[in-house]
Amino acid sequence: MNATAVPASRPPNLWVQVWEIPLGRAGIILLGIVLVLSLVGPVVFPFNPKDITSTAADILQPPSSMHWLGTDELGRDVFRETLVGARLSLLVGLLATAISITLGSIIGLLAGYYRGAVGITLMRVTDFFLVLPLLPLIIILAAIFGQSFSITIMVIGLTSWPSTARIVRSQVISLRERQFIERIRSLGATDLRVIAVHILPNVLPLIYANTVLVIAGSILSEATLAFLGLGDPVRVSWGTMLHFGFVAGAAGRGAWWYLLPPGLGIVLVVLGFTLAGHTLDQLLNPRLREF
Amino acid sequence: MLRFGLVLKKAVQVIITLFAVITFNFLLFRVLPGDPIRLIARAGNLSPEAISRLRDLFGLDKPLVTQYFYYLRNLFTGEFGMSYTYRRPVIDILQERIANTVILLAAATVIVVLIGVAAGVIAAARRGSKTDQSLVVTSLVFWSLPTFWTGLILVILLGVYVKAFPVSGITTPGASFDSSFARLLDLGKHLVLPTITLAIVDMGQFMLITRSTLVDVLTEDYILTGKAKGLPFRRVLWGHAVPNALLPIITTTALYVSLVIGGAIQVETVFSWPGMGRLMYDAVLRRDYPILEASFLFLAATVILANFLSDIMYMVIDPRVKEA
Amino acid sequence: MSTLLDIQDLAINFKTRSGDVHAVDGVSFQLEAGKVLGIAGESGCGKTTTALSIPRLLPSNARLVRGHILFDGVDLMQFSEGEIEKIRWKQISMVFQGAMNALNPVKTIGAQIIEPIVWHEPAIARGDANQRVLELLERVGIPAARARSYPHEFSGGMRQRVMIAMALACRPKLIISDEPVTALDVMIQAQILNLLKDLQKQMNLAMIFISHDLSVIAESCDEIAIMYAGKLVERGSIRKVFSQPAHPYTQALIRSFPNIYGKQELIHGIPGYPPNLIHPPTGCRFHERCDRCIDICAQSEPVLREVGEGQIAACHRIGETLP
Repeated sequence: MNATAVPASRPPNLWVQVWEIPLGRAGIILLGIVLVLSLVGPVVFPFNPKDITSTAADILQPPSSMHWLGTDELGRDVFRETLVGARLSLLVGLLATAISITLGSIIGLLAGYYRGAVGITLMRVTDFFLVLPLLPLIIILAAIFGQSFSITIMVIGLTSWPSTARIVRSQVISLRERQFIERIRSLGATDLRVIAVHILPNVLPLIYANTVLVIAGSILSEATLAFLGLGDPVRVSWGTMLHFGFVAGAAGRGAWWYLLPPGLGIVLVVLGFTLAGHTLDQLLNPRLREF
Repeated sequence: MLRFGLVLKKAVQVIITLFAVITFNFLLFRVLPGDPIRLIARAGNLSPEAISRLRDLFGLDKPLVTQYFYYLRNLFTGEFGMSYTYRRPVIDILQERIANTVILLAAATVIVVLIGVAAGVIAAARRGSKTDQSLVVTSLVFWSLPTFWTGLILVILLGVYVKAFPVSGITTPGASFDSSFARLLDLGKHLVLPTITLAIVDMGQFMLITRSTLVDVLTEDYILTGKAKGLPFRRVLWGHAVPNALLPIITTTALYVSLVIGGAIQVETVFSWPGMGRLMYDAVLRRDYPILEASFLFLAATVILANFLSDIMYMVIDPRVKEA
Repeated sequence: MSTLLDIQDLAINFKTRSGDVHAVDGVSFQLEAGKVLGIAGESGCGKTTTALSIPRLLPSNARLVRGHILFDGVDLMQFSEGEIEKIRWKQISMVFQGAMNALNPVKTIGAQIIEPIVWHEPAIARGDANQRVLELLERVGIPAARARSYPHEFSGGMRQRVMIAMALACRPKLIISDEPVTALDVMIQAQILNLLKDLQKQMNLAMIFISHDLSVIAESCDEIAIMYAGKLVERGSIRKVFSQPAHPYTQALIRSFPNIYGKQELIHGIPGYPPNLIHPPTGCRFHERCDRCIDICAQSEPVLREVGEGQIAACHRIGETLP
């Protein structure tokens, strides 16, 4: 359209903008609900993992007034277990994302800023990890290094950074061509200063949107890893619940009350982050803008 | 018509990447604390003679660099060591499993690509409409489903409560078939639930990528030219927009291979489908490292080759690449 | 001569998030068969919007506020989508700017030229259609053998020739050329302009020629219409408007280009920027930038008045002696 261009003005708070878009609002509400439930839930309905019964009558029982969501294969309350499980799933997702985003951003910044051997090498390494099939890679790493809370976080964080690095890099490259960066460089600013003071703030919104999406991916990865029997066996997460449920044959016995709650928990959290991330992406990426 | 030099350059890159994967794999499984023989075959489960034979085969007494060359030599002769659970050469086990995974992935891929692309085209063509919005939301929901959990829920719904389809394995155990058609039908029934699971989860992403690519293409000048020619919108869409959107979709398909392999591991686990994925799951539970190592190498090589193929296809379809 | 196109009081808005953009507001002009009308003005003045509105090709956020577009005596605005599709290209075809993106990169140029022929003339034999494509290519100076080449295999000027061949494919009565030579170098511009002029004469085509470049319009048109901020400010024969421009904006535009008839002079830009069309200025839309602005210009909108034979302009100060 060649009519008068309307200058884009960016209101200060991104989350306010996300809230104004129905999909984004749905995402924020979902996340709010899960967050409150995971924080408050276990306080109101405490869960004791050692509360195991040996009587067959208490095992894999359907929902009742005693156990709102039935019992698991050890006779424990599924409702309380699901509330507690949220904490670990969220925590692993957030911590793994912190590693992934930090690593991805640094590598992306350096790969975009330095065009010589450093940039090329970093990009080749990124492409290499990008091409490796993610789940098999996570599986063998977890199988080799063992099953624990911290190893799960490390494995997911250290394998999911390449997409962030790519996105950041291409943004840095286009920024680098801008005149103001050239001018600052010619004034003798150090590379570190140019990156930290002039480039990073401009890439930050993009990193922001990406972070939200990476959290969703990390929570899915944790659940999958735990489901495959590679989670921390002594801690309860949604993934480990589904693992023990599967191994105990809950699906074949039709014990939906055991498999449905933790799975729905994963879906709601992941959907919440995905909706929010998708909306942020639409807001920040002019190419995707709906108008 | 393909430019030979360009293909050659891509091929060299692929070979370098393959070597990088092999080296990465070697380092991962060798530079670990403890006795490497533990990783190649769990000591105690094999006879001392077998262990010493493996030691020789992999040069485990020699320095790391020498071990690397032993390793390469073994790879090229198809020697991946012995599985300690199956007590058979890893390569034989892999060969049995690959076909089953290919069947499953082929069935799922056809559905994912057809429905995903069609839904993406419809959404982009009616951008901003109710149809578009519901397709986008559905895709985002599907994307958020954990594959294994979707499988478990389908098992409960369609396998246990409705009893519509078998929920485990690739054939009915103990069944004898009068004809190859009956055998095929049985295989088909076993395929239904795993395929639906894979398709549901991966379709969303395909739809979203098709949609965003097409939305981009629909703003191009040649779309206006098509309309100015008096073509109805559906002809402009399928005749001009979709062919241009195909190129990014091909690239997506290559990325999808990596995604669907992850999906296959989960689906095969849930449905006891005797493919590479279930093999990896069993190997994880029993810490059968030789199987894990070889499976990873095989899957990584598959993804790398899929990317190479998509690059070549890109060159065939896009007239601009041939000249460049 | 009969009137082929009669645009009456056309007004078009674009809906945007910041409000309605009054892109075209009360534009009228006529075009006779076989004649060439140039529309000139700065970018954003509504000339492309006016042109695209004729075959109803405006984006979906555009609204027709009022007006009629009579083509061969019938109002195109009353047509259904199916009816207007039959008019497009068959009767009214287009030559777009920068033919790189106007041509589909993954189809051969032959396929793109034949497409409207077989669509609008379904009875045509494939061989005849192919034959016509080859003739069209020869006519615009492209070897017939290149029908199987892709757009990227041509230079900018050659792509514009392809675009012209395509525009002629269904033997239309009217061709709308939107900046057909912009972004080409001067030598090529002259070649393409000559080609268009020759074809127009040979085939007795009516043509609307949109350009921000007055020298291009002077060279190829019979009449000229000057637009500013969605308004038609002056219209007349090329000779009249260039020798006795009546509107201060026309005068400024002519001053800002090298003198095409006589000696080279200094180029004067017009100070200021075109107004915001969401809230257009009151009075004459040009008054904020006009060097002859008086009080009334900011208050009441000037109407188009006859200033000479077949020449009209909208300015309060017409009739006063020019400095």
